[in-house]
Formats: sequence, C-alpha cells, structure tokens
Amino acid sequence: MFAPDLMGMTYCSGVAQVRLEQITKLFGDGAAAVKAVDDVTLDIEDRDFMILLGPSGCGKSTLLRMVAGLETPTSGDIYIGNTRVNDIEPKLRDVAMVFQSYALYPHKSVQANIEFPLKVRGASKPDRAAQARTAADSLGLGDYMDRKPGQLSGGQRQRVALARAIVRQPAVFCMDEPLSNLDAKLRGETRAELVDLHRRLDATIIYVTHDQIEAMTMGTRVAVMSSGRLQQIGTPQQVYAKPETVFVARFIGTPPMNVMPAGMFERGDALVGVRPEHLEITPNGGLPVTVRMVEQLGHETLLICEAAGTRIVVRQDAEAEVPSIDAELRLDATEAHRHRFDPLTERRVDG
Amino acid sequence: MKRKWRDFPIAAGMLTPSAVILGVFVVYPLVRAVQLGHLRCDATGKRCREGGWGQYIDVFRSDEFQHALANTGRLALMTVPVGLALGIGLAVLADKQIRGIGFFRTVFSSTVATSVAVASLVWFVLLQPQVGVLPDLFHSIIPSLKQPGLLQDPGTALPAVALSSIWASLGFTFIVMTAALQGIPRELYESAFVDGAGGWMRFTNVTLPMLSPTILFTSVVLTTRAFQAYAEVALLTGGGPNPERPTESVAYLIYGKNSLVKNDIGLKSSAAVLLFFVLLILALVQFRGLDKRVHYGR
Repeated sequence: MFAPDLMGMTYCSGVAQVRLEQITKLFGDGAAAVKAVDDVTLDIEDRDFMILLGPSGCGKSTLLRMVAGLETPTSGDIYIGNTRVNDIEPKLRDVAMVFQSYALYPHKSVQANIEFPLKVRGASKPDRAAQARTAADSLGLGDYMDRKPGQLSGGQRQRVALARAIVRQPAVFCMDEPLSNLDAKLRGETRAELVDLHRRLDATIIYVTHDQIEAMTMGTRVAVMSSGRLQQIGTPQQVYAKPETVFVARFIGTPPMNVMPAGMFERGDALVGVRPEHLEITPNGGLPVTVRMVEQLGHETLLICEAAGTRIVVRQDAEAEVPSIDAELRLDATEAHRHRFDPLTERRVDG
Repeated sequence: MKRKWRDFPIAAGMLTPSAVILGVFVVYPLVRAVQLGHLRCDATGKRCREGGWGQYIDVFRSDEFQHALANTGRLALMTVPVGLALGIGLAVLADKQIRGIGFFRTVFSSTVATSVAVASLVWFVLLQPQVGVLPDLFHSIIPSLKQPGLLQDPGTALPAVALSSIWASLGFTFIVMTAALQGIPRELYESAFVDGAGGWMRFTNVTLPMLSPTILFTSVVLTTRAFQAYAEVALLTGGGPNPERPTESVAYLIYGKNSLVKNDIGLKSSAAVLLFFVLLILALVQFRGLDKRVHYGR
C-alpha cells in the first residue's frame, strides 16, 4: 500500500479514506457566531480525487483545513482510515497540504523546502536528499534545487509546493486552490499534470476550488457546497447532468442553466431549468422570447433573450443563422433536457 | 545648459530652508567639533591653543578613552543581545489572538513613551539600597543589593546600568518586532504545522529567518544607542563608583559632569569625533557581517 509510515508515528497509514460525519464549524461565539460549515457528511474513498467546489465563503476551505488539522470542528467527527482524528495533531494525521500561496519558505533553497517535512521527522541527511531529489525530478525541478523560491516562476513555485507534499508520501493530499495564482494558460497545463500525478501516486486528493472547469476536468467526484452546506456529491458528469438543487444547476456550466419561474416554460408548479445548449429554436409552439443581445464567440454564439423579465441564454453553433436584435423567437427543449425544481426548497423534483 | 542656469535662483531659493537647517544644526557643529578636536585648553576652558591633529591619535590611545570605550563595548555586549532576545520573546508571546492581549501589548510597549532619564530615575529608586524595593525583596538571594548596592558595587554597577538601559529600550524593540511578526504570512506557519513542525522548529525555521532583516536593523539601532549611553550613566552612577569608574561610557567621558576631561573642550571634541568614527565602523561591520545571513526577499 502507498504511504509507508516514515517514522512509525502516524496513526493512519494504509487505507486513505476520509470520512466526515455531521461536521459543523462555528467561528466566534454566542449570537455573533458564524456557521462556516453546517452539518456536512461526506465520504471520500481511497484514491479519490475529490473536489470541494463552491463560491468563496461557502465553507469548502474550512472543511479542508479541518481534515488537515488546522481547524477543529465544533461538532461532528473526522475519520482518516479508521481512526477518529479530531483530537490528533496534524503531524500524526499523515496529511500533506498545498496552499494557494504555496507557503514556500523564502529563505530556504528549493532543496531545503522540499526536505523540510523530512527534516521535521528527523530523517537522516542523505535520506532527505535522496527523497527530495526523487520528488523534485518527478516534477521536473531537478535543475532548480539550489535556487530560492524568489528566483522561480509561479508555476515552478507551485511545483515545489507539490514536491514538498509528495516527499512525505502522505495518505491524503489537501490542496487549497493550488492553481488560482497561475495564469490561465499555465493553469490549463497544470490541470492535466495534476490528473497525471494523481494516477502516478495512487493517492487520495481533496482539492478545494471555486473553478468549475477544474472540478469538471480533474475530479473523480465533486462535492458542491453553498453557505456551509453540502449541495450535491457525484461524478462531474452526474453533477452536470442531474443537478440536485437550483444552486448546483446554476453554478455548474458556462453560461449557467436558465432556471425559469413556474408556469413560464411549461404548465405546472415547478421551476424549470434548461441549459443554454439544450434550448432549440422552433417555428411554432414553445416559449416566445425577444433577442436582446448576440455574443459571437467564434466557436459558438450566445443569444441573450428575454421573456417576461426573465433572462434566457441560448447557445448555438457558430454556423447557425444569427437572428437580429429584437427579433422574436420561440424556444423549446426535449423532455430529457428539462430539470424541474421545487420552488420552495429549490430541490430537484423529477427522477 | 543655459536653461539650467536660468533656473538656478529658483532652485537655490527652494533649497535654502533645508540647507540652512542642515548647515546650522548638522554641518557646522560637525566641522566645529572636528576643528575643536585638535585644541588643548586650560583648566578654565577659556584659553585654548593648537594641540596638533596628532591629538586625535593621542586621545584614542589614552588610557581614559580606551577605558571608556571598553566600558561602552561591555555595555553594548550586555544590552544588545539581551534586549533583542527579550524583545523578540515578548513579541512572539504577545502575537496571539487571545482576549485581553491588547493590555499586554500596551504594557510591553509602554517604555517607548518613557524617556531614558525617567527610566533611569525609576531604576535608581528601585535599586536604592536603603529604600529600594528590589534590595528589600531580594537581598537574601543577592546580598550586594543591600551592601553596598548594585550601583555602588564596582562589579555590578555596569550590569545594573545595562538593566535599566535594556528596560528603557524594550518597548521600541517590542513594537518593531511585533510589526515584523505581523508581516509573516500565516500559511508559512500552517504549512510547517501540517508538516509536523513543533513550536520550536516553527520559531527557528519560520519566525527567526523571516525576522532577520528586522533583527539586523534593531541590532544596529540598539548598538548605536548603547555607544551613546549617557543619561543612564549620568543619573545612575555618574560614571562611578570610584576609583574604578566601571560605568564611565565614552559619551559620559565627553560631557559628564564628573568626567576626567570635563573642562577641556578640545579633548572632549576629539573624543566625540572618535566616537562618531567608532559607530560608523561598527554599523558597517554589522551590515557587512549580517547582511549575508539576512533574507529580504518575499
């Protein structure tokens, strides 16, 4: 099994599944307390690439920090493997963390940065050097061992942070928006590398992001959070194809799903959601709308329409005929592409 | 070129205020001190004659100057490391999110608002053998607190002056260190914590290296202060106790009322100019020596 126990002092080597049971986290006390995480139960399987996805302030980072041991849950239990780790110090949890800011020690060389977790564990100098070398080589950092972080590019720093996590051979990797400080192009490349790294390491990764593209492309499973609550857990495809709540429906997909008031798109008392790519223009029947704006993006065209004060976005192929502004269209969608939600609970009502 | 000269009157006019202030309060006294430094004066200090520029070397080599310089060096060796260590220690202790920590921060930094003269008076009373609180409380552990008194015992007079001096500058060190601590990114500590580093490892691997530029700066300031120590010596010991005069600092030699050369403005000026060069060299050595070990980067 992965994650050999370096000093014989980790409690939870071996199976790296993480179980969160009814986790709640309050910041502050009394009436002024803020509920950052609200009764979250989540199973993360061994070797999962679990994405915690949500807008900023939704509690995803707090949840991750509780797994790493940087925060203590107000109530609920955290298990890594079969051990309850609530009261176990981070160093005994066998968890490595990668921070958005990389958190590299600016005064230490790349080599010393990568070696640091081993040094803390009292590994011998040659051992440290050999393991740091292996980790650095696997990320293409071999030539930079003597540099200081200040002399590296953003992408290289991010790799050093990854190498420092890898060198520990932890059971669980916690990553807190590690790509957010990279430029768009590098982010795309690094996404692919992280997926590759996950496969090579055979490790459990918990990855926090607000970027749905990262969630869709990297995760084996995605947990969508909003206001401290878990909205939905599933594979990226499930979350996209069958959003459980209006929040998830609107959060995943660009442009977001059109969620229309009850009675507008079809008869009945449910909110109806249709993704922009699933709306079709029909000669008759369907919902009459007015085109307000046309965005030609090259590979696709977005028609921003309006019906009774509701904004509805339609996505069309670049080849399709472009209607003029203020044109009247009729929109329809097949039954399979209609998502129905309860107007009060905003939860999915159809199967 | 022409244009430049046409602007000259305006430029000169604008520079005049600062040039005058600098000239009157810095340049003139400096030049005057250097010039006075080669004069010898009689006991009244009124009649002076040329002593020659070699007087600087004579003064530097004199037993009195060497004695004062050694005392001052000892004072710096006591005050700088202890002051730094205490300042860093208190700042680290107070750098926590605990209720009521603001009270301690205020207390620790309060000596910044206390002049050296006031601090020295406070310690003079505290250490006074007959009425002082410290001798009353601790004379069973340290008998010299009562007999003859820390400031009266030639062996402890300088450490006692150092104690007062450390206390007086602690607020400054504390404030500077607290500010520097707050500039250290939290994630560095968190990362080290997750990687298993205990409190001491986090201190040596994160706090100290990240504070290093501030430590260098503070040590230069504290060393300079120690070499200029005057008020604490004047108020606590007057350079005494006699005849060893273990607390006679260079600054006290220059203008203390019990100084050996108190009436000779020529010798005093020459000692002052020498102190200026000693400090200049010290600061250079500190920057050169420590700069390599200081990390400024982000």
